[in-house]
Order: sequence, then C-alpha cells, then structure tokens
Amino acid sequence: MKSNEKKTGIGDILMKLGPLLVLALLFIIFTITLPGRFLQVPNLMNILKQTSVNCLIASGMLLALITAGIDLSVGYNAILATCLIGVMMQSGITNPFLLIICAILVSTFCGFMNGTLLTRLDLPHPFVSTLGMKFVLWGLALLITHSQTIGFANKGIDAVLWIGKATIFPIGFPVCFILVVIFYILFHIFLNHTPLGRQIYCVGGNPEAARMSGIRSKDVLTIVYTISGFMCGVSGIVLAGRLNTANTASAGTFDTDAIAACIIGGASFRGGKGTIWGCMIGAMLIATIRNGLNLFSAGNDIQYIVIGLVIIGAVTIDVFRGKMEANARKMANAKK
Amino acid sequence: MADYVVELKNVTKRFPGVIAMHDMHIQIRPGEIHGLIGENGAGKSTLIKVLTGVHIPEEGEIFVDGQKVSFSNPVHAREAGIACVYQELNIVPMLPVVDNVFMGRKVTKSSGLLDYPRMHKEAHEALTLLGHPEVDTHIECGKLGMGLQQMVEIAKAVSVKAKLLIMDEPTSSLGEQEVKQLMLTVRKLKAEGIAILFVSHKLEELFELCDRVTVMRDGEHILTEDMSNMTNDKLIQAMVGRSLENQFPKEFGTRGECMLEVKNLNELGVLKNVSFKAYGGEILAFAGLVGAGRTETMRALFGADKIDSGEIYIQGKKVKNGSPGQAIRNGIAFLTEDRKGQGLVLSESIKMNLILANMKKFTRRFLLDHGKIAENSQDMIGTLRIKTPSADEITAQLSGGNQQKVVIGKWINCDAQIYIFDEPTRGIDVGAKVEVYNVMNKLVKEGKCVIMVSSELPEVLGMADRVIVMREGEIMGELERDSDQFNQEDIMRAAWGGRIA
Repeated sequence: MKSNEKKTGIGDILMKLGPLLVLALLFIIFTITLPGRFLQVPNLMNILKQTSVNCLIASGMLLALITAGIDLSVGYNAILATCLIGVMMQSGITNPFLLIICAILVSTFCGFMNGTLLTRLDLPHPFVSTLGMKFVLWGLALLITHSQTIGFANKGIDAVLWIGKATIFPIGFPVCFILVVIFYILFHIFLNHTPLGRQIYCVGGNPEAARMSGIRSKDVLTIVYTISGFMCGVSGIVLAGRLNTANTASAGTFDTDAIAACIIGGASFRGGKGTIWGCMIGAMLIATIRNGLNLFSAGNDIQYIVIGLVIIGAVTIDVFRGKMEANARKMANAKK
Repeated sequence: MADYVVELKNVTKRFPGVIAMHDMHIQIRPGEIHGLIGENGAGKSTLIKVLTGVHIPEEGEIFVDGQKVSFSNPVHAREAGIACVYQELNIVPMLPVVDNVFMGRKVTKSSGLLDYPRMHKEAHEALTLLGHPEVDTHIECGKLGMGLQQMVEIAKAVSVKAKLLIMDEPTSSLGEQEVKQLMLTVRKLKAEGIAILFVSHKLEELFELCDRVTVMRDGEHILTEDMSNMTNDKLIQAMVGRSLENQFPKEFGTRGECMLEVKNLNELGVLKNVSFKAYGGEILAFAGLVGAGRTETMRALFGADKIDSGEIYIQGKKVKNGSPGQAIRNGIAFLTEDRKGQGLVLSESIKMNLILANMKKFTRRFLLDHGKIAENSQDMIGTLRIKTPSADEITAQLSGGNQQKVVIGKWINCDAQIYIFDEPTRGIDVGAKVEVYNVMNKLVKEGKCVIMVSSELPEVLGMADRVIVMREGEIMGELERDSDQFNQEDIMRAAWGGRIA
C-alpha cells in the first residue's frame, strides 16, 4: 500500500510538472539551435514582457474555467480599457490615477455584467453571454475612438504608460511582469487559502452539491466574472504602455491565447481544476514558442500551427492522464 | 411453439459486495400479462436489466421461445424480441414522432437515404395498433402529453416485433385518464399475442390487468400465482415477509422538546398539506414508496425547492428557509439521497468536502486555517472510521460507504440541531450501514433531532422511534414505535394507499 502511494506520488508530480518540463525542454532546444541569440538576458526579458498581458488576462480566464465556464469577452474588454484611457487623454484628462481607476472600473463593470447575465437571466452557458459581450465591447471600443488609432507617446500620461513600458534593475526586468508576479501571488492565496477561492473550485466541481451545502453558487459565479473583468482592466493599462497606441485591431488572439495558457497549464473545460502557476507556465510556453520561432524568422503562419499543435497535445495528454487514473483506480478496486 | 416466450432459470447476478439477484426464475407465457411486484430494492430492476441485456448474470440460463440465449448487450435482447419501456421515457422532445419511433433503426431507400414516407407509414401503423391512430407522426414529441409520449415509446418497442414487452412502472407519471388509455393499449397488445411483464407499485392496477403475478424479495423469487388466487394482503405479506435480523443497533434517547414543526407545506402537484413535528432525542422516519413526496418534503423545508405555502418552526421560532444556506444557518443539516450528485464535490479532497458547508468555522482573518482543517479531517477520519490513505485523497476514489461518511462529517461540522438523512444507507455495504446507524444513535443521545427518509422498511422498523408514512405527496399516517401498527404490513398498507387500522 505504501509503495503504491509513493508511486502515484511521483507520477503525479511528473504529470503536474509536465508543462514545466516541456518549457525546460523548449529552452534547451532553442538554446542549442539558436546559439547566442535565445539565451540572452535581453531576449529573456523580452519573453517576460511579451507574456505579461496574456498572464494577466489568463488569470481571470482561469477562474471562469475552474467554474466550468469561459469568458470570451476578455480581449475586447482589455482593449476597451486601453481605448478609454486614450479617449480620456484626448479630452484632456491626464491624471494617471483617474485614468487607471476609470479603466479598471469600466472593465470590472463589464465583467460584473457578464456574471449577472449568466446567473440572473439563467443563460445556459457563459459561452453565450460572454460571446455577446465580446461584440458589444468591440463595438463600444470602436464607437468611443471613432474607429481611429490613438497614439499615447508624449501626451503627458507617461505615468500610466510606465507600468507597461518600464524596466528596472540593470538587467532590464519589466515592471509589468512584476505586476504579474504580485497578482499571481494574490491569486494563489485567494484560490488556495480563502473560503471564496475554494468555493470557486467546489462550484466548478459540482454546482448542485455546493448549493446544497449552502454555498451561494450564483454569487460565486458573478464574482468570478467580475474578477475576470477587473483583470482585463489591469491588462488594458499594461497594453497602453506595451503598444503605445489604443487600437481595437490589436485585441487579436487575446481571448484564445488566455484559454490556451490555462488549458496547457492543466485547467479543464469540465471545471473543478486548474492552478494559477500552471496558467503562468502555459502563458510562458506560448510566449517562448513565439519568441523562438520569431528568432528563426518564422512568420505568424508557422507560429499559429505550432501553438495549435501544442494546445491539442496538452489536452490529449490531459485526457490520457485522466484515463490512466481511472484505470489505476479500477485496478486498485479489483485488488480489494 | 414453446410453452414460455421467455424463461429464466437459476439466474444469479452479483455486484461487488452484493448479490442483487439470487437463483431467480420466472416463466412468461405467450400473450399473458404478467405482473412483477416487490419492495424497493427487491431486485426488480436487476431482473429487467438481465432480461434486456444490460446486466450479464454470472449464473443461470435464459430461454426465448424455448431456445437458450445469452445476451451480451442490449442489442441482442432487442433482436431476440425483448423490448422495454422504462419509467423514464427515452424520448427526444425536439424530434418528430417518426424519428423517435425509429430511433436506433433505419429504413432506407436504394439510394441510401432515409425512406421517410415508409417510416411515417410504419410509425402510423404502430400507433394505430396501440389505439392511437390520431397521433400525427410529423409533430414534435415534446408537444404531446405524457400519455402519448409513452405511446410513442411503446410504438418504438412494438415496431421491432417484440415478443415480450417489459413495462417498468408505466403509470407512475400518468394521469387517471391516461392510465385507462394505457390499460386499453396493453390489452390490445395482449390480443396481438405479445406478452407483457408489467412492473407496478400499484396493487389495484395489477389486479385489474394481470393474468399472473410474480413477487420478488431480497433478490429472490418468492411466488408466482394466478392473479385470481391472490388478495391484497397475501401480496403484501409475500413482499415483506421477512424477519428482522439484529442488524440495527438501535439505542434510545429521551424525547426532548419539539425541534421542528412543519405546517401545511404545499407544492403544486408535489406536496399536499404536509404537517408534522420532530423532536430532539428521537429518530423520526419517513416511510413510503419511491416518489411518495418524502424527499420533496425535505428539500422544501431545506430551502432547496420553492414552496407555494407553508410554515416552518424551529424550536418554536418561525423561520424562512429560502435557500439551503439559510436552512443551514437555522440549524438544519441535509444528507441528500444522491450522494455523488448533491452530496460531494467528487473532484475535491476529503478535507475540502468536510468543510464545504461551514467554511466560516475554519476561517481566521479571511484566510482558511489549514492547520485546523487538517486537524478536523484527522478527527473525522478517526471517529467516523473513514478508510483512506490520507485526508488529501480525492473523494471520487472512495467507496460508497466512505463517501457517505465524508458527507456525514460535513454535516457534523455544521453543528446542526436537526439532521435529515435521506436514504442514508443506500448503496453502501452492511458494515458501513451499522456505522451510519451508530452516528444516528450518537446524535439522538446528544439530544439532536434526526429525521430519516428510508425506503427500506426493515431499516425504518429497526431504527425509528416514530414513523410517518407518505403517499402521493400526502401524509397517510403516523405510528409510534410502541403502537400495534408498528410493523411492516401496516406501514406497507398505508404506503400502498390503504388506511392504518
């Protein structure tokens, strides 16, 4: 019995570290195949910079996925926040605190609306409400910017841009990634050490059992989507500094990138599982692939194909792992 | 032609730890309506599943038309001419009647496309045979009433040229008029030479319809008789006639104050004027057939379902239980009958499930107190004797009995005053059952109020201080442990629609 326990322990750890091992492997491959280019401090800092926005958006997405939901509105919610900063700036508001607070408030409210539509109108699946919200926010962003691109450079809001742009220490460590680390530590504590955090997992694992245990499942869901909206607001602020412009076209693949990061990191569409660190590794994996392929001068075409295959691979491994576990359980029961 | 259309000889079906059916035999004559009756858990469903190829028995033989057969899957049974209409209809409400009748079968033209004109014609013929030529085969099934939906289901069964049609409690969801229609249809099928195995909880229906009847109990064959030789009492006695073994470690508490009073609980079509009192220091059992409204009563007073009217008093104080959370705060714990669906988050650990209903107790300054949680789970694993390698084990990995103990632990952590146990020993082994009874004993001795919903009469008689019998959403009667009627026959009579003498 004891040796059996240990065995599953090691297997479990290996499986949990799976994405991390893949990331390490990828680093080794790129280091060897791209000598003197990949494993350089500036390039590594570049990867961190490139992964920050995805990390921030994916953290909110992770909560939605844990509850067996999804938030498709994240990309345009973040862009809306960036556009709002741009529009406010154009109308002469340059107070950084005011800009930041407004961006976060609007995005958080959009997230709250996602949750409210889902839980109070009893829409069948958040796919519907957040898909609708995606287009609404897209339209709103176009509406307030009059479909124009707004440039941020030298307009007196450098304090806001600093978050997404600045680097510190001699090695040029990006401030936005420090922000990611801070939020991820907070999410780690939230998900593992607060009642509400654990309730999110429980609602995702079995909403009926959670309800029958007195957990207000609807409120939990509303909070989840509100947090997702909040993180979009934060991402929007980082985006302003990263892109130097507010442009609705740049929302691109934010939503699918975030989903991919979570899924690669071990979250499941069936809900009930996923960790914030897995999510970070997923996001890093995507950024590293992009970065490495860029250094190979591979275009978007190849990058999309590789990332697509990685997602399919990650999910396949996950399903395979589930089957292995089920088999192991059957064997154990048969022995009894 | 063989004497029997279907015959079972010495069939035994085992599940891990349980013998679901033992040395069962049954013979069904061509063109007869054969009743099948037994208590909840007597093995009727197992018998049906063996006949339809869902379960494969370990021992015994099955004959169809005198030929020995062995079904390895449901398709075999269907091809051999055994069809079944289940209690829950397998209808796709969005699809037209014709597609439902031909579900799993197809009639194609030479081109390989579906031959809809012929399918409509055959579906219409099947429904005409059942006495319902008026059903338009183009209409969506969901738009038909329950009775007609069932006819579509029967048409589906009949159109595969069934020799034996099994009907599992076909009248349970039908109105009075629809039941009459169904009986006409069943007689029509009999006249066509199709044998019917009619499973029902309603004695009067069996007397009206059946030629012969078989009684099952504890997975065994008790008797098969011509219906004309039977009486109500004889049937009931055959169903329950078993002595209570010493498997119930009943201990007595002292009846304390009234902990819970329910007045005129009403839920349209589900509950009718349900009123009762439950006291501290006693086990109040709710007996009755499956679907009698016992679980619904508990769900209503727990705030899980909305009620139309009614009042709930806890320790004399009127309360409103609008949600499970509110009910829990008012001191009610509810161990649901569906352990996996409503009791546990299977993907979470034992530790987490134990604190699920009362996280506040394990929170300090907004953060979960993992030390306290670990301590609590070790305590629970010890006192409830949960067999597990560690408190971090995912509950999906536990056996049924151990899962149930985790749910019990969850409710003990709520420090409730009123404990509702809905079918607490369903699907768990004998040893674990005794441990569950001991938990109830302990609660009662602490002066807590325990309400137990159980479909197993021996359990009710073994453990209850008082019994309330329900039928069709109404309370039929109430019995004290020391009264003369505190026996299986009288409780069954009330559950089956009779009056307590």
